[in-house]
Amino acid sequence: MTTPITTEALAKKVVNQEKIRILDVRNTDEFDDWKIEGENVEIINEPYFNLLDGIEPVTGKLTKDQEVIVVCAKGGSSQMVAELLEEEGGFSKVLNLEGGMKAWSEHLEPVKIADLKQGGSLYQFVRLGKGCLSYMVESDGEAAIIDISRMIEKYEAFAKDKGVQIKHLIDTHLHADHISGGRALAEKTGGTYHLPPKDATEVTYDYTALEEGNDITVGNTKVKVQPIYSPGHTIGSTSLIIDDHYLLTGDILFVKSIGRPDLAGKAEDWVGDLRHSLYKRYKELSEDLIVLPAHYSFAEELSEGGSVSARLGDLYQRNEGLQVDSEEVFKKMVTENLPPQPNAYQEIRETNMGKITPEDEKQREMETGPNRCAVHG
Amino acid sequence: MESTKILDAKGLACPMPIVKTKKAMNELEIGEILEVHATDKGAKSDLTAWAKSGGHELLEDTEEDDVLKFWIKKG
Repeated sequence: MTTPITTEALAKKVVNQEKIRILDVRNTDEFDDWKIEGENVEIINEPYFNLLDGIEPVTGKLTKDQEVIVVCAKGGSSQMVAELLEEEGGFSKVLNLEGGMKAWSEHLEPVKIADLKQGGSLYQFVRLGKGCLSYMVESDGEAAIIDISRMIEKYEAFAKDKGVQIKHLIDTHLHADHISGGRALAEKTGGTYHLPPKDATEVTYDYTALEEGNDITVGNTKVKVQPIYSPGHTIGSTSLIIDDHYLLTGDILFVKSIGRPDLAGKAEDWVGDLRHSLYKRYKELSEDLIVLPAHYSFAEELSEGGSVSARLGDLYQRNEGLQVDSEEVFKKMVTENLPPQPNAYQEIRETNMGKITPEDEKQREMETGPNRCAVHG
Repeated sequence: MESTKILDAKGLACPMPIVKTKKAMNELEIGEILEVHATDKGAKSDLTAWAKSGGHELLEDTEEDDVLKFWIKKG
């Protein structure tokens, strides 16, 4: 009988940077598009249908006494291959990833970023399978969640465990790569859903405007959440400064890259805004702010412990997207040679506007694949 | 489209649609056509990739009322 491994257990191994050996048995197009990544992850691909007549295609690439985690789309094919490796190949330590890449895409790993000045703390929720980052600020029995994913139960359980009530759900922009759980959780908890008004011109529901000048406080100790208008990825994109020290940049600035301006079809129009936000607006802020983005693209952006962050001043030294002096060169960089757009991004935007309400299973499918919200310089 | 044999793989999850398709294909002669009905969404990309790697030709595929249909010519 094959031993299962849960996405939770695999996530712990990834964030602890343990050595992991993975055999991914999905077809090669899917593997090339999107796979499990990590600092010490060694991964090979051999589609399961090539192993039906025997496991020879992989025996030379794997060692029998080393632990191997077999992965597929939903967990069924990997189970079959895991059994073949044990029964035919005599492999002794084979684990099957339960639920496959579908479950991996939904796993959230909460990582504590900091204790805040006047009590309370800031957590980053790392969605390892998709590279999405969301945040929870908690203070004095209250919580605000920023850029929350569709899996709202996980944040609810976390808040319950910490004994805090969810008061604010904030989206830094209208997302195109994942379905926001903000509105759903606001309805469930009686919290307030905040969205930048310029991104909300087509939404079908009521929301509270996320705008400069309208600071949000969390708990009686008044952890300040200060909106900074920083358009470019979308026309409404708004950053947040938390506790005067943490800069949540949404999809404008990442650790190793910058946001792409084309996911709402307006690259040409928004490139100037993006330039202004990155080269002027953020430059006026303290260099000591800690940047906490809404995405990461590369496993090496994960620190030991699993968090993703960087000092703003350091990014002005080493993020390639911030080193382009010429406006023309910058414009070319963010409008030409863009990576493919995220899976189903138009449908995801319409879902986030409230225009369509796909069934749960359809929503999971729409989110399959990497986030692809960045431009790499 | 004319098919030599029809395989009903509806309701089966991965890897069974491919396992059954492969088995059914073994019983056909080169040039004969297998028609596969499946409901697992993953079947589309997997069958396409499998057919290619096995030297078979995916002639056509359709989707109607959540049923995916494939016509594969044995190579």
